[in-house]
Amino acid sequence: MNNLTTMILKRLAFGVLTLFVISGLIFLAVQALPGDLTQAILGRSATPETVAAFRHELGLDLPPHVRYFQWISGIIKGDLGTSLANKRPISELIETRLYNTMFLACAAALISIPIAVGLGLMAALYRQSYLDKLISISTLSLISVPEYFVAYILVALLSVTFPVFPSLASVSPDMGLWDRLYVIALPVMTLTFVVTAHMMRMTRAAIINVLGSPYIEMARLKGIKKGRVILNHALPNALSPIINVVVLNLAYLLVGVVLIEVVFVYPGLGQLLVDSVSKRDLPVVQAISLIFAAIFVLLNLIADVLAIVTNPKHRYPK
Amino acid sequence: MSDNQRLLTIDGLFIEGYQDEQWRQVVKGVSLHLDRGQVLGLIGESGAGKSMIGLASMGYTKPGCRITSGSIEFDGVELVGADQETLRKLRGTRIAYVAQSAAASFNPAHKLIHQFAETAVQQGLMSYAEAEKKAKELFRRLDLPDPENFGNRYPHQVSGGQLQRCMVAMAMACNPDLIIFDEPTTALDVTTQIEVLGAIKEVIGAYGTAAIYITHDLAIVAQIADRIMVLRHGEEVETGDTRAVINSPKKDYTRALLAVRKHRGETVDHGHQDIILEVQNVTAAYGNKFVVLDGVSTKIERGKTVSVVGESGSGKSTLARVITGLLPPIGGEVRFQGQLIPPGMKGREKEVFRRMQMIYQMADTALNPKHRVRKIIGRPLSFYFGMTGKKREDRIIELLDKIELGEKYLDRFPGDLSGGEKQRICIARALAAEPELIICDEITSALDQLVAGGILKLLQNLQNELAVSYLFITHDLDTVKAISDEIVVMHRGKVVEQGPAQAILNPPYEPYTDLLLSSAPQMDPSWLPKVMQHRRELAAKGINLQT
Amino acid sequence: MRTAINLLKHVNWSARLGLAVIVINVACAFFAPWVAPYSETEVVGDVWEPVMWSAEAVPHNPPVILGTDQLGRDLFSRLMYGARNTIGLALVTTALAFGVGALLGFLAATMKGWVDMLLSRGVDILMAFPTLIFALVVLSVMGTSTTVLIVVIALIGATRVYRISRAVAMDIEVMEYVESARLRGEGLWWVMKDEILPNALSPLVAEFGLRFCFVFLFISALSFLGLGLQPPTADWGSMVRENAAAISFGILTPLIPAAAIALLTVGLNLVVDWFLHKASGIKDVP
Repeated sequence: MNNLTTMILKRLAFGVLTLFVISGLIFLAVQALPGDLTQAILGRSATPETVAAFRHELGLDLPPHVRYFQWISGIIKGDLGTSLANKRPISELIETRLYNTMFLACAAALISIPIAVGLGLMAALYRQSYLDKLISISTLSLISVPEYFVAYILVALLSVTFPVFPSLASVSPDMGLWDRLYVIALPVMTLTFVVTAHMMRMTRAAIINVLGSPYIEMARLKGIKKGRVILNHALPNALSPIINVVVLNLAYLLVGVVLIEVVFVYPGLGQLLVDSVSKRDLPVVQAISLIFAAIFVLLNLIADVLAIVTNPKHRYPK
Repeated sequence: MSDNQRLLTIDGLFIEGYQDEQWRQVVKGVSLHLDRGQVLGLIGESGAGKSMIGLASMGYTKPGCRITSGSIEFDGVELVGADQETLRKLRGTRIAYVAQSAAASFNPAHKLIHQFAETAVQQGLMSYAEAEKKAKELFRRLDLPDPENFGNRYPHQVSGGQLQRCMVAMAMACNPDLIIFDEPTTALDVTTQIEVLGAIKEVIGAYGTAAIYITHDLAIVAQIADRIMVLRHGEEVETGDTRAVINSPKKDYTRALLAVRKHRGETVDHGHQDIILEVQNVTAAYGNKFVVLDGVSTKIERGKTVSVVGESGSGKSTLARVITGLLPPIGGEVRFQGQLIPPGMKGREKEVFRRMQMIYQMADTALNPKHRVRKIIGRPLSFYFGMTGKKREDRIIELLDKIELGEKYLDRFPGDLSGGEKQRICIARALAAEPELIICDEITSALDQLVAGGILKLLQNLQNELAVSYLFITHDLDTVKAISDEIVVMHRGKVVEQGPAQAILNPPYEPYTDLLLSSAPQMDPSWLPKVMQHRRELAAKGINLQT
Repeated sequence: MRTAINLLKHVNWSARLGLAVIVINVACAFFAPWVAPYSETEVVGDVWEPVMWSAEAVPHNPPVILGTDQLGRDLFSRLMYGARNTIGLALVTTALAFGVGALLGFLAATMKGWVDMLLSRGVDILMAFPTLIFALVVLSVMGTSTTVLIVVIALIGATRVYRISRAVAMDIEVMEYVESARLRGEGLWWVMKDEILPNALSPLVAEFGLRFCFVFLFISALSFLGLGLQPPTADWGSMVRENAAAISFGILTPLIPAAAIALLTVGLNLVVDWFLHKASGIKDVP
């Protein structure tokens, strides 16, 4: 047991360390902003005074380590800095947007996980059947097309040709749950399609891998019923890879969300990030990318910890 | 007596396997029969189709294989073409299976006792409590440690030999009529092999279970089988009572299999007495902690063969890694032709590399599959001697002739060669460097017996011709007897004893050497009971095994 | 040549389809300036004219096959130029990612020790960033020039290539033929070039296909977000973005470049899938 705890603690420590390094990198990236680029952002007509004021605003006149600790301690206290574009506190800007993004991502995840695992299992069990081939070719196509292609096809179909759902996902804070779900139906569908395809392929591969093991053949030779071979022999061993697949795909969902928000003009973090990048609103870019990176690191951490916990070799050491 | 005594009848069985995009016959019309309580040994080299026949007796074929014709009748039930439910009900209860690798065949996610009880409980033959009681009884019978609690462990928590015996127990769980043993001791050390073999023999004798015992080792099968069937390329060579097959084989192939064990080539005494390699008080460890070699000293004379023998974990392969510099020792020194050489590969001169060559157990992985034979043998020639063009080509052909293969092999890839041919190419590559010492690490253990015999003969001839020294690392005592001038016996990282072959192999024995020597299977069917008795005597003297 | 034809006979139908798609795309990319009916930036008609075979088509000479875009430029010609720009950029980027990633991966696997430690931890950190976020941060700081684009995407690609090639090389490195070469006294370069590379080739070829798809989609995604290639350069991602507004009027123009992207990546994936299946040695038993 002791062994297990140390492994998890080690992994946790590595996660925290990664977060620090990432925050440092994000910070350094802005730090590296060359002088003439400051000018490029402000425009050529900028006087040396405005450049100096801009640098002061970014804190570029302070020594870097001081600035880093100011920034980090601010974040820990919940103060993410001030937007350059509209001078408002960033935490205020992203509050509802963070909620919106999470809502969208969670809705997509809740739908896609059961579908993906279920279909992946079916495809693996009926390998080489027509069902498997159909699933295989359609998921292969889905994972290789861009997210916005799926999005626009859905819009053309379900919003223009058959006007069932709105093509713009404009939500407001006072909306009820069902209204909200109705409005975001198309973005959720798009994300579900794309993520399910990935998850299903990886689930199928994980299960097929387990089904090829000698202990599955042994179970058959012991006269165990097919259903029990799957449930009692294959599944416990496939669990760890499947959990890994699911969590990794949630991380992938996070990236997909940025594009989908732009397509459907959904007021989420991704949309704000893309806007801020084009406006070069660096404090906002810093804050949002740190949030995304943190979620990403956390998900990977969860995947690793679950993989450790579900492996009998770690749970019951020699 | 006759009819209901007959348990299994296989008649004209043909099995095909799918390979290289076409179906090929693997088992070609084999017929056999087995009575209740009888043990049939199926023996043959790799590719003989013996495992397939074993599995087919359970109505099972591996994925990519199919039974095309013939009949398999088990106690009045035809298994070929039977529906899955009929077969499922027979498996585990009336016909059980013991696989070669227990480590891979136990489900890592469940306790041993649950896997033991599964079939009995699922098929409704016993309650879980009854199955547990039965398990403890069998664990005790099979000499497993702490039989009361043994079942509560997970597969990765017990040793290989114990796991193998546990699988035998699992097969016995429902008192089956027939057990298929598919090379159950092949992956084990010699001393462990005896225990498992003894356990199997004891338990099937006690319960009167019939068995098909599949192996490539005639001596093993001689201990346990009532009758033996020799197979080759999917066809029967001969069948008969064990004693008859061993004492008066009818076919040349069987005779060849038997003869391999007695090989002892002629040695030429070169008269040289200078020492090629000297290892002094070497200690080595993995990760600075886990000591695998503990104060080992030995030396090799020119033109002689020194065998290092021991079980897995004895440190014999580590010794080779230390000498070659792959694993720098933490203490002691290695002298090559009187010169102290650097402990690691770093700083060793090209000449040192050249004079010391290595041949590996798995010729498959020792040859780069993307290089042609020309490049494999030619590289040392250009690397060490700067040979090019015609000169190099001629030398390669000369070497190919030396290993009895010839020019036509020049443009082949390792994938086009058989196991024995690959090992010969490895030998040619070593010879190309014109070495003083060749380290042979288990070079025959992955080969079929006949092929291995050929390789040993070739090495002997080469030594007589070139006065090269061999350091021969092996666990196979027959090989040791066949080729050694000197023997080093190792156990748990230490040298137990060393000296001239005659002295080591003849009484009086050092106790551990005695244990090792007595564990090597012999053809005599009465050998197993004798050795088990001998072992008990040794145990009484305090000589024990690591299990 | 004959072996190539022989090889084609063993290719299944889906891979053949994929191969055909790739060949057509590459041909378009290569011959665009000579074959395209109009130039990249020429305004030929009204905004969003329909495709040639629709009832409301506006006649042109040469014909405007796929209608016009949001500025009245010939969509078909822009698609061909777009292929040239996007595929060209993706190829350069993938090649760069491969050169760096595979070399470092091989080095880490053969040298081990601190080299491996340093490289692998560095890659771990880079991979702890979601790819798109990483690109966005860098682009927001460095601006969106083509060079920055290539370097950033190549860097992201290189981390994945590094992982794969290190893993593949590690598997090969433990083989006794590599040990045997070392015991012969061979140097690092020989081990990497003659022992490891030939055996790593088939997984790396497949990886190149997948990496190209990734890079290609990534460039298109950035262009779609307005952060990739800058106008008026035609590329497929920005063409989707620029025409996106049309979709709410029921005009399908933005779907055409999006479909072009999808077609090429699906085609590539079909070929890679077949190749991987072949290379894995899994046998389909009929």
